[in-house]
Amino acid sequence: MSELRHNTFEDEDLIRPIEQTGPGFYLMVAILLGVIVFAGYTYIRQVFLGLGVTGLAQPVSWGFYIINFVFFIGISHAGTLISAILRLSKAEWRRPITRMAEVITAIVLAIGGLHPILDLGRPDRMLHLFTEGRLQSPLLWDVTSITAYFAASTVYLYLPMIPDIAILRDRGTRPRWLYEFLAWGWRGTEHQKKVLERAINILMVMVIPIAISVHTVISFIFSMTIQPGWHSTIFGPYFVVGAIFSGIAALLIVMIAFRKAFDLGKYLKLIHFQYLSTLLLIMSFLWFYFTFAEYLTGFYGHEPNEMRVFLYKFTGDYAPWFWTMGICNFLIPVVILVNPKTKKIPGILIASISVVIGMWLERLIIVVPSLANPRLPYPTGIYIPSLTEWSLFAGGVAVFILAYMLFAKLFPIISIWEIQEGREESVHAVAERLKSYLPDPPSEQLLTEKLGSKR
Amino acid sequence: MPKWGMVIDLNKCTGCGECVTACKVELNVPVVGPEESAKGRTILCMDILSTYEGEFPEVKMRHMPRPCFHCEHPPCTKVCPVRATYKNDEGIVAQIYPQCIGCRYCQVACPYTVKHFNWTKPEWPEERCEALNPDVSVRPEGVVEKCTFCVHRLQKAKEQAAVDGRDLREGDYVPACVESCPTKAMYFGDLDNPKHKVSQLKKSHRAFRLMEDLGTEPKVYYLSEVE
Repeated sequence: MSELRHNTFEDEDLIRPIEQTGPGFYLMVAILLGVIVFAGYTYIRQVFLGLGVTGLAQPVSWGFYIINFVFFIGISHAGTLISAILRLSKAEWRRPITRMAEVITAIVLAIGGLHPILDLGRPDRMLHLFTEGRLQSPLLWDVTSITAYFAASTVYLYLPMIPDIAILRDRGTRPRWLYEFLAWGWRGTEHQKKVLERAINILMVMVIPIAISVHTVISFIFSMTIQPGWHSTIFGPYFVVGAIFSGIAALLIVMIAFRKAFDLGKYLKLIHFQYLSTLLLIMSFLWFYFTFAEYLTGFYGHEPNEMRVFLYKFTGDYAPWFWTMGICNFLIPVVILVNPKTKKIPGILIASISVVIGMWLERLIIVVPSLANPRLPYPTGIYIPSLTEWSLFAGGVAVFILAYMLFAKLFPIISIWEIQEGREESVHAVAERLKSYLPDPPSEQLLTEKLGSKR
Repeated sequence: MPKWGMVIDLNKCTGCGECVTACKVELNVPVVGPEESAKGRTILCMDILSTYEGEFPEVKMRHMPRPCFHCEHPPCTKVCPVRATYKNDEGIVAQIYPQCIGCRYCQVACPYTVKHFNWTKPEWPEERCEALNPDVSVRPEGVVEKCTFCVHRLQKAKEQAAVDGRDLREGDYVPACVESCPTKAMYFGDLDNPKHKVSQLKKSHRAFRLMEDLGTEPKVYYLSEVE
């Protein structure tokens, strides 16, 4: 008990935000609720009046909702995938990061997963997907894959939270019944620890292929059609790379925000940001490589329909967005992150925000230009999203921030027990591991054998 | 099973637009008004594509009526998540309006862009409401629709033939656009039946289909213009 008290004292900073609430919190909640209520109103209006209230038309009949769907699901790759990879590779610096990452996944996945419903002309018939669903349609693959990812990632978020919830329960933090229930009878026995560790290990291996499948399948919605600009074999990996890219950027933004708001500089040190932003830099190069390969293939083949979409992006109506995307996704992050002088928190924040904007633009650039350039000579207009679409976009972002704030209000945003574990066990474990990497010192038996053979 | 198809002689087509009007009336296509129309919300199950060739004053204008091509391998039916669009036994690509969830995936997957979405509640001028075609269901807002090859006429023709105790003859079943064409530029019938005019015309050296390289095998043939 004395040890527990000692530890919780040491990590008091992580629990304080749960037990003390400032006026800023309520102000933020009120503002966000306002945005959400307005978005809810515009959505109900859309349900009654039909999708005519959007800016969609012939031939651009997919717009903001599908763009945001791909965007949000992309952000969701921040969490579970990164956390699982870091855990799997035994990266010790992951400890203060994993939970924040996993929370992003759970929330954004729920928001992104609902976006296709916003896009439906007949949301009242949504259940047809289950009663009459055709598994031959990529949309059904999406439903399957996203629900699997959501289930896996929420469990993967919850399991490592149990010991922390037990700490809150033992402190008597309110609401007591909640922590009592969610702690699931955790007492920290050896057996419980063993079971928990195994469960986390199984999940982290399982979650990686599921996460990759999610964005691959989302890209299949586009690449399975034969439309110019969409029908591309690299779309699967291209989308996955873009998703991880935007995910890391979102994670960095969230980390910087909480570092400031909860004063967590002790836990989230510069080194964590620098490691993670190195990953961001690598993804930026990878993104550029994929984008280059994708567009060069289209351009070199010079197929007329492909070229119309290509020129629409490079020099046509979408050129401003296209080049902004290039600047946001490549130029800005690379310039900031290769220079050790600018690779500090403010620079990393700018690079991350720029990447999130750039990746949103990429989704826009994938969805709209292919639709705006039909093969046959139809009159085409320019797609301008309406207030309804903007407000639902703002609503989605507001739901994300609000849900994240509520989570941080109820649970520690940094895994306390994993920090403790790092402090108490890892230093020794890592030293041992390091030794195991090094060439073994010659043992006495081996020495005598060698000497013997020489003789 | 017959394989219904259409042949359009571009040499005879004047681009008058009669087929477009006949289609609108026959299929109870809602009227959207100038404001919505400017946004690109007009529903055209039959459309006329116009292209201009050359520079002024040597300009040539070409017209091409465009129904749904009722592909043998439709890219649209493949992607439908709820089987609201499918190819029936006689090769007609049909829509089931009460089944459609309005995701518009079929619309974006169609390489010919023939599918249209009902963005708003269907509306007609008051006098038109009394003249709606009772054989065709009115689509609610939020579903996708397109040219049906006037499949309701096939239903009627089959029933009439059954009453008369005979087989379906050529000309018993023709869509409204074909029937209305003032220059008789459009032909309709069974592409597999050698006695039908369309199956002879599709072998013409002038016959071609749109975007044959996509492998969709449209069932609408065009006869190219002769200079």
